[in-house]
Amino acid sequence: MTAPPPSEPIDVLLIEDNADDAALTIRALQRTKLRNRVHHVPSGLEALAWLRREGRFSDAARPDLILLDLDLPGMDGRELLGVIKADEQLRHIPVVVVTGSKAEEDVLRSYRLHANAYVRKPINGAEFLEAVNSIERFWLQIVRLP
Amino acid sequence: MNAGGVPIEILLVEDNPGDARLTREALRDARVRNNLHVAPDGVEALAFLRRQGKHAGVPKPDLILLDLNLPKKDGREVLQDIKQDDQLRHIPVVILTTSQAERDIAESYRLRANAYVTKPVDLEQFLKVVQSIEHFWLEIVKLSKI
Repeated sequence: MTAPPPSEPIDVLLIEDNADDAALTIRALQRTKLRNRVHHVPSGLEALAWLRREGRFSDAARPDLILLDLDLPGMDGRELLGVIKADEQLRHIPVVVVTGSKAEEDVLRSYRLHANAYVRKPINGAEFLEAVNSIERFWLQIVRLP
Repeated sequence: MNAGGVPIEILLVEDNPGDARLTREALRDARVRNNLHVAPDGVEALAFLRRQGKHAGVPKPDLILLDLNLPKKDGREVLQDIKQDDQLRHIPVVILTTSQAERDIAESYRLRANAYVTKPVDLEQFLKVVQSIEHFWLEIVKLSKI
């Protein structure tokens, strides 16, 4: 088999206010064999500005995949999910909710708002890493992104 | 996770009996208990989901694996019907198809498919893909149990 042709890097937008969780996620994603660029924003409003390329984000890369925390300062992740999935220009981008929320209603509400998948953050560090690795394997290696 | 708990109900909408059999085999070895139900066309899939006729007593699926090219009612139409139905739209739908067409990928995400996966022709690769779907959706993702 010949080597696969060099492919376009996959841009991942990580929306996460917890610096430790963000660092862990970025490290896990960067370790993979696939070329990907992780862009990190810590709040919902910045995420929306990034996605709409407003202000200082005018040159921002259009993400192929979004990882979204629910509990965010300012604009909440639930609200942001609703905005993304109601926006004709953005709604095709897969959004994987990655959250510490234990609330059962968040699961149903997120799917009803068309989250592509809902993942509960394990508290244990090793399990958290395993969850991020699984997200990477499925979404970056198995799934066909738009 | 829920290795010993309530089994996950999976609806596979697939008209190719060979692919259905392979999917069943790949899921049989899963770590998470699951029941696979197969609907061979789009009309029967919706009857199953809406518990109509002979499907009156069936369980509500937690996950749907949907082929695109189906007899009677096309997979794209089935996807649209599911995602416009308030009783069904929270159920994750993973498209599992041989189509590699960019148009199908983009359209499926617009119609709110949760993920788009192409079926490899190679048998071993096919099993690997089904196992990846199983691992991510049954072991990592939090599904809505209502």
